[in-house]
Amino acid sequence: RSVYIFAKKNNIPFDYKKISLFEGYQYSEEFGKINLLRKAPAIKDGDFCLAESVAIMMYLAEKFHTADHWYPADLQKRARVNEYLSWQHSAIRIHGSKMFWFKLLIPKALGTEVPKEKMDNAVEDLNASLNLFEEKFLQDRPFIVGDQISLADLVAIVEIMQPVGAGMDVFENRPKLKAW
Amino acid sequence: MPLELYLDLHSQPCRSVFLFAKLNNIPFEYKTVDLSAGEQYGEEFGKVSMIRKVPVLKDGDFILTESIAILQYLVGKHRTPDHWYPADLQKRARVDEFLSWQHTNIRAHGSKVFWFRGVLPAVTGSPVPKEKMDAAVEELNTSLKIFEDKFLQTRGPFVVGDKISLADLVAIVEIMQPVGTGLDVFQGRPALSAWRDRVKKEIGVEVFDEAHKIIMNVDALPQTFENKGIPEFLKLKIQKMFN
Repeated sequence: RSVYIFAKKNNIPFDYKKISLFEGYQYSEEFGKINLLRKAPAIKDGDFCLAESVAIMMYLAEKFHTADHWYPADLQKRARVNEYLSWQHSAIRIHGSKMFWFKLLIPKALGTEVPKEKMDNAVEDLNASLNLFEEKFLQDRPFIVGDQISLADLVAIVEIMQPVGAGMDVFENRPKLKAW
Repeated sequence: MPLELYLDLHSQPCRSVFLFAKLNNIPFEYKTVDLSAGEQYGEEFGKVSMIRKVPVLKDGDFILTESIAILQYLVGKHRTPDHWYPADLQKRARVDEFLSWQHTNIRAHGSKVFWFRGVLPAVTGSPVPKEKMDAAVEELNTSLKIFEDKFLQTRGPFVVGDKISLADLVAIVEIMQPVGTGLDVFQGRPALSAWRDRVKKEIGVEVFDEAHKIIMNVDALPQTFENKGIPEFLKLKIQKMFN
């Protein structure tokens, strides 16, 4: 979603190759030629194939000379974006994804409820990440790196929306997060 | 005011930052953070970083966490040789691709095996249940296979061709983590071993060994806990791991 939004927002023309993860297309021989990591998103620019959304967006930002605020040239501002993009992998991303699986996919696909203790721990982990997000990455700034939106905000929002899709309103009782 | 680096060389990301600074002759003040004593949860360190992890960089008033961001910052600030983080769009993308992927793959699985083999038994006094251990090792093996098949490939001696980059540096410190606990991941993996030898040579055996001395002596941990006691955060973390 972050790659899609970034391309759309910056009018980067692309051929949308829709794939179905639930049908297992990522394990096909065809897709293996695009991305051996067997995950989405992936891009193909001529002969150049690239995986990993963070790498893809950095590549697009550079190649298409997108507006500076997305990935600032200023050393310290860029460092703040990089800091968030690094931190999020093992924090919001992982805990948000887990909630999506626990609240939606596992009950629906396997027909089993996740044990209460596991669920509670998962919710606790996500809340801890969201707290850190508000306390360290947002603080009282409008966006993560200051006055303007950057790759950091884009990646953050798509990840935070994941548990929302599973029915967990993470914005409830978080006015700062909601405003952001 | 000199650059400050807050480090504990038990930590893989601390090692990559340490090595990078050393290799590029970037002067810094080494600020030890003793993870096994829970120093990252202390009041002092809390003023440095509320995330309570290492490494942390302090450049005057500018405080930065996350080793990947720190490495990228040092590249930019000190204009290190191009091969570390190439200006070429596609080469740089390859480095970024690995640096992104590694978080939840080699890093996560290597760390888990390290905890299961090196830390948990030292704290609980008993080995991790076989099923859990086997699953963790299997995940690590899967990551290592992907690393060899996709990132090493036949492209060249290093992850991004002819020269060492941040990708190799981050990869090697992560792969060394389980090695410290006696799990020789290089055994039976000639391509990985050859790559490791090349990386070690580029880094310099002496400074490589210096960075890895602590992790290669991780069997000293039980004694450390016996002497200093087990910090509370560790007990809680381990409890959670077993869920």
